[in-house]
Amino acid sequence: MLVLTLVVLNLPTQTAARLKLAVSSLFLPLFGLAGTTHELLVRGADNLLPRRELVRELEQLHRDNQELRLLAARGTEALRENNRLRDLIGWQKQSPWKLKPARVVLRDPANWWRSIQIDLGRRDGLVPNLPVLTPEGLVGRVALVGLTRSQVLLLGDPSCRVSALVENEKRDQGILGSGGPVDTDLVELNYLAPAADVKPGQGVMTSGLGGVFPKGITIGKIVDARPVEYGLYTQARVKLAANLGGLEEVWVLLP
Amino acid sequence: MNWLNNILLLLTALLAVFAESAFDLTRHLLGAQIDVLPALMVYASLTGDLVTLAVVTVGGGLCFDALSANPLGASVLPLFGVGFMIQRRRALILRDQRAAQWVLGWLASASVPALTLLVLLSAGQTPLLGWGTLWQWLVVSATGALLTPTVFRFFDLVRHTFNYQPATETSFRPDREIRRGRQL
Repeated sequence: MLVLTLVVLNLPTQTAARLKLAVSSLFLPLFGLAGTTHELLVRGADNLLPRRELVRELEQLHRDNQELRLLAARGTEALRENNRLRDLIGWQKQSPWKLKPARVVLRDPANWWRSIQIDLGRRDGLVPNLPVLTPEGLVGRVALVGLTRSQVLLLGDPSCRVSALVENEKRDQGILGSGGPVDTDLVELNYLAPAADVKPGQGVMTSGLGGVFPKGITIGKIVDARPVEYGLYTQARVKLAANLGGLEEVWVLLP
Repeated sequence: MNWLNNILLLLTALLAVFAESAFDLTRHLLGAQIDVLPALMVYASLTGDLVTLAVVTVGGGLCFDALSANPLGASVLPLFGVGFMIQRRRALILRDQRAAQWVLGWLASASVPALTLLVLLSAGQTPLLGWGTLWQWLVVSATGALLTPTVFRFFDLVRHTFNYQPATETSFRPDREIRRGRQL
């Protein structure tokens, strides 16, 4: 058993990932069963909703839709203007985000990792390291990609580091590191400059450095900051904008 | 019957791992996800042979690692190690006693995550650790202790249902038969 464990633990990364995906494919029938049950429950709940409530929701959606259309029109115009100006000064044009919705199907059963599994895979065009977000903010990045499912490392997991930017005058930059094992809302922002002007309530977003996460995705807000390592750098705690504990649907940012 | 028991244990381990991943009620309520595999491993080590133990620990451990961010195989050795220790001493354990099941469940559920973390740290991984880990460890140990007698009751019920019942000996003995009437 010791030999078997040592052999499996020391397999090359690619082989171990393939083996992992092969073992997890044992759960495919259960995924199907869970999906069908969830759908039946949702349909049952829909049938139980009174008509008046549905009409009210529909009206609200119509209003939201009109508001969002106006916003989208303004955004498109701003993007066009941005591209025109970029053309004038010879900068590369920004490509629009291509988002793909995904459903969260499983969470990590171990207490010492923060990861989820989503129902998109290689078949849907996913590759490792794609950013995953919700309308509230960044969630994490794609780690392992199977044919129909992928593993997403969430913010706060020790393997998911993000270069972040504080929205203040100095535009202080740091690395978003791990969070606590119990509290999923708070993560540490490390390696801020010792003289960083970080105050509670300031926004934090991706800096675009590192090449994985594009610039400008909301991460959260500063809770507090303190000097660490005898004042060598400043460490801040960030309250994440996205609720990682209650994720049901996420968006994958495709290249 | 032994193969049926092994298959049933393996299926239960698979379902338990899937349930741990699919439902996170205890994570929301207590801040930690419970683990059923140590309880199953205690049952397997006290009632089965080494093959049964290997089936549960390898099958359950690999499935757990496949759905988690653990490197594949990290949970197998801790599960098997603790199970093997219990199996070696099982002649001295009163396995039908609820208290014994409770204590063994508690010990196994406390030592398996600790040993898994040791394996992960030895393999150069950086799991999420902090003061909250102690709380999670207590929750996992306590729930494991409570789950172990339940696992025993469940499998006893299954065994009782599927096994041949022992034929009860009749109290009739021909030499003690009272014969009515006068014998000539």
